[in-house]
Parts: sequence; structure tokens; C-alpha cells
Amino acid sequence: MKLIIAIIQPYKLEDVKEELYKAGVNLITVSEVLGHGRQKGITEVYRGSKESGNLLRKVRLEIAVNEEFVEPTIKAITSSAKTGEIGDGKIFVLDLKECIRIRTSEKGPAAIG
Amino acid sequence: MNSGDTAFILISSALVMLMTPGLAFFYGGMVRRKNMLSILMQCFIVLCALSLQWVLFGYSLSFAPGSGFWGGLGWAGLNGVGLEPYADYSATIPHQAFMIFQAMFAIITPALIIGAFAERMKFSAFLIFTLLWATFVYDPVCHWVWGIGGWLRSLGALDFAGGTVVHINAGIAALVSALVIGRRKNLDHHAPAPHNLPFIVLGTGLLWFGWFGFNAGSALAANGLAVNAFVVTNTAAAAAGLSWALIEWFHNGKPTMFGTASGAVAGLVAITPAAGYVSVIPAIIIGILVSVICFIAVSVIKPKLGYDDSLDAFGVHCVGGIWGALATGLFASKSVNPAGADGLFFGNPQLFMIQLKAVAVVAAYSFIVTFVIYKLVDMTIGVRVSDKEESMGLDLTQHQERAYTVLE
Repeated sequence: MKLIIAIIQPYKLEDVKEELYKAGVNLITVSEVLGHGRQKGITEVYRGSKESGNLLRKVRLEIAVNEEFVEPTIKAITSSAKTGEIGDGKIFVLDLKECIRIRTSEKGPAAIG
Repeated sequence: MNSGDTAFILISSALVMLMTPGLAFFYGGMVRRKNMLSILMQCFIVLCALSLQWVLFGYSLSFAPGSGFWGGLGWAGLNGVGLEPYADYSATIPHQAFMIFQAMFAIITPALIIGAFAERMKFSAFLIFTLLWATFVYDPVCHWVWGIGGWLRSLGALDFAGGTVVHINAGIAALVSALVIGRRKNLDHHAPAPHNLPFIVLGTGLLWFGWFGFNAGSALAANGLAVNAFVVTNTAAAAAGLSWALIEWFHNGKPTMFGTASGAVAGLVAITPAAGYVSVIPAIIIGILVSVICFIAVSVIKPKLGYDDSLDAFGVHCVGGIWGALATGLFASKSVNPAGADGLFFGNPQLFMIQLKAVAVVAAYSFIVTFVIYKLVDMTIGVRVSDKEESMGLDLTQHQERAYTVLE
């Protein structure tokens, strides 16, 4: 079991969701986050005072998958979230120790699907 | 000079002024939040820029006694526009009161077009386009319909508070805008949801409130005619809001807040040309039917044709405005306003044909000249932001601000 965390451009969310459904991945948690990588953020100006290095809006996806879905998930995200420009985001893959479905108390791979 | 009339027109002017910030919230609620400020800013800058354009030369082009086409520059800088009444427009209020009342109409009209190119127009191009449009489209059309010697006025076309001048004119310009600037990116996958429905309702409330100044104030006196306009305006807005909600209820299963607000605005648009010529029962009919017509325009015809009039400036203002202008030709009655005319249902089919002609002429002129202005601006500085700027949102890329913080 793996936990895939992806940070993507907010406006790519719909495309990524669509691509994930096609890959058979239906479980996803989405949150709005702020951050920056090599873009170094953006400059905003309020009444003449400049504030540079401000954080950019990003969307964070968390997807728990069984082993056979790891590659398809990564492929779905990279193919749909990529613009080729700086700021497209990152994908992190983490080992997932345990997963429990609250409704039934099922554990492990059966609980994910 | 009449102090009651003067007080009423000054208050009406202030009411109409508030419609532009009201429109800003009405439109602003509909866009994605990355573009909220761009809408507020566009509406606000129109208020600033056109206030100046109007006193410097816009009022003169629109209302000075001139040729049939426009008024010329005789009253530029308000030269000769003083504190005494100018009897040909309004015998009981200072000339400048009439001028400032009309200024608010000249401001909100170009602001209506914003709905068509929202979320993708360059701010610099928007500013230039708006000034050119106000000067070469609004001012002449205003002169034709309301100015002394204006040829549509001489023809006998009825437009009480600006159905043709304001709504059809801006609505056609909106259609041209949507066609020339093209669709927003990524629209085929998902239509963006309005980012703040309560703002849409706030804007609708301010528009409805301001519209009393718009329509009742157009009587240019605190008299019975103003009361008639006030009553039919409220009635038509109410009928249209209810009608849109019921249409959605039967058609989609649930009545929506967005739909009810859209319906109310459509009703206000439709009653505008008719407000000083029809009584209350025709106002109900006008209101009920405008929602049917606009609902079909925005939710059946627009998706089929594929143009991206983002916030339905054409679908509500032009379509509703045309219905209102034609309905005036059907329901106008001399018993409401002896200075008006009887419509088709009161035994005078001729008025309907005159209304039809006025609509066609204004629509054609607005279409052609708006297209030329758009192309000129596009060829010189370009009207559309880059793909990346569109993705990031106009607030950050055009104004370096954002409307909402995520963290403190």
C-alpha cells in the first residue's frame, strides 16, 4: 500500500480528476494549500507597498492505493497536470503502514479499494 | 424650477450611481475567485473614467443640439450647461441635474458589457475599448433616441428609460465581445461555478434598488408618471424572478437562488423601455415572459451556439431588452402617458413596427462599430491576456492583488 501525495496547479484539478477516474482510481482527498518551489512565489502590491515572495495557491491530492495502482496513478497525474512550465508541482510516494475502513473495521488492501 | 423635482432627480442620480458597484458584485460573484477583483476594478474604473468623459465631451456628443447623428461639441466641458433648466429636456430642474442623471446611465451601460469578456480581457485593452465604445457607440445612439434632433426620437420610437440605448446597445456589444475574444480556456471540461452566490444576490438587491432611480427618475419629475414607473418596475422584477424560479422548478427539479436573481434582473431590463408607457397588468406579462425568453437564450441556445458570453450580458440584457422594446410596442397606452403612444393591443400596430425598426437599427450599428473598435484595439495592443495569465487569474496578473487570503 502506498500513499501518493501530489501538489498540482489549482486549475489542473478537473483534468487530473478526470484522468484518475479513467485509470480506475476513485478515492481522492483534495485540499487547498499554499506554497512555492523554484518559482519563488509572486509579488503583490497593496497601496504601493510591495510584498514579494508571496506563496502561490496550489492543490494537494492525497490518494491511498494498492501496489498495482501506483504506476497508473502517477501516470494519470503527470499526464494531466503537466504544462511544461515551472510550477507544475510534485508527486510524493510514501509507504502506507495501515488502512482501516471506519464503517466495517476492515484492514489492509481490502479497506483501500 | 421645481424643488421637489430637483430633489427627486438628484436622489435618482445617486440611486443609479449605486447600480454600477451593484453590478460589480452581481458579476463578481459569478466569476472564479481569482478574477473577483478584476470585475470590481473594471466596474469601478468605468465609474471614474466615464464620469470624466461625460462632463468633458460625452454629454455634449449625446445631448447638445447637433446633427441627426450626434450632438457635436457645443456643450463640451459643460459649456453652457448651467443651473437653469433647459426646457427641451426638462423644464423643471437645473440643466446640470439632467446632465448628472444621464451621466449615471452612460457609466453603467459600458459596464454591462464586462459580463461577456470577463476572466480573460487585458485591463489596458479594456480601458481603451470602453472609452472608444462610450464615445462612438453609446453617445451617438443616446443622441438618436433621446437627443434633440435625434432621428429615432423624431421617428416616434418609445424608450422610456433606456431599453434600446442601454440594454440592447450593451447587449449586442457583449455578443460581439464574446465572439471576438473567444472562449475561456478549459471550458469544455467543466463550466466554472460562481465563486460567491451571496455576492450575486447582494448585487441583484443593489441593482433592483438602483433601478427605481433608473426608471422612476426617467420621468424627470416627482409626479404620477414616476410613480407608475416605480410600480411597474417593481412588479415586473417580481414577476420575472418568480417566473424564472418556477421554470427551473419544473425544468430542473429545483428552484435556484442564482436563477431567481437572474430572473429579477431580466425583469428589470425588460420593463425599462416600457416603464413610463404601460400599466401594471402588462408589467406582469412582460415580467413572466422575459424569464421564459431569457431562460431559453442562456440555457438552451447559448450552449448550442458555443459562444462564451461568460456572465450572460447578451443573454439577459440584449434578449431581455429586445423583448422589452417590442413589448412596449404591444402594451403602450396613452391612458398611462398621454405623451407616449398606443401600442398594438390598444389599436395602433404602427408603433410596433417603429419599435422593431429602432431595435434593428441600434443592434446593427452597435454590432458593426463595436466590432471595428474591438479589432482596432486587438491589432494595436491585443485584447486577450496570455494563457498563463488567464490560468493564474486576472487579479494577480493585471492588478497584483488578490481578493481573498488563505492564511492570515
